[in-house]
Amino acid sequence: MNEIPMEFGLLLSFVLFALGLIGVLVRRNLIMILMSLEVMLNATGLAFIVAGSRWGEADGQIMFLLILTLAAAEVGVGLGLALQIFHRFHTLDADSVNEMKG
Amino acid sequence: MALTLFYITSAVAVFATGMMITRLNAVHALLYLILSLLAVGVIFFLLGAHFAAVLEVIIYAGAIMVLFVFVIMMLNQGQKTMEQEHAWLQPGIWIGPSLLALILFVELLLIVVLGDNAETGHVVDSKQVGIALYGPYLLAVELASLLLLAGLVGAYHLGKPMIKTKKSGGNS
Repeated sequence: MNEIPMEFGLLLSFVLFALGLIGVLVRRNLIMILMSLEVMLNATGLAFIVAGSRWGEADGQIMFLLILTLAAAEVGVGLGLALQIFHRFHTLDADSVNEMKG
Repeated sequence: MALTLFYITSAVAVFATGMMITRLNAVHALLYLILSLLAVGVIFFLLGAHFAAVLEVIIYAGAIMVLFVFVIMMLNQGQKTMEQEHAWLQPGIWIGPSLLALILFVELLLIVVLGDNAETGHVVDSKQVGIALYGPYLLAVELASLLLLAGLVGAYHLGKPMIKTKKSGGNS
């Protein structure tokens, strides 16, 4: 019945995660960084779903649900921060926010 | 059968994600990101996680992406908006995402037509998920609700119109 091997699913999850990581590291636009973070969270959820499908348990989907709520909260706060940074610095360049003095 | 669909969908997901991180325009990147999420949703369906597939489409590709669209539109106010809108409405930008979406749609039709003969993975239906969610994982649900409340309060606080500070770079 289950003819999709787990390795392929995990490999796809790894590739998507790596692409998201590359996006976070390479792009300097805050919106693009947030989008790449979404891709990374999504890839993590895919790994959980693959494992849950492999064992036939509901736990994988529950972990995906929790990741979904995490992503929703993260996007809300992250986009609020991006809006504030844009109003304050008139740019979305992440490198422009280097004036924090701790 | 399911393996072939899985390969095609994986290719679509990886290609869309690769296009997403290389687009210069945020809206174009958003189109490809939505495609990537939809493709992952189809993979969830192929793996037998129907509930997660539905949530992926409704919440990820629906709700969260709408937030991105709102913010991108809010940040693009100004004189340049008109020619930007004009450039965005050019045909050609949406052809790539449309073709990828067409692939996913054909796959979905194929699965629906095949019905029970489509050998998807081990189906874990939403009833099992619900029972586990409100049984052993009740504490996790409460924590998730607290996290959402914190996110709501944080987004409300950050989204308020900024208090006027000293011109630029005022830190307060």
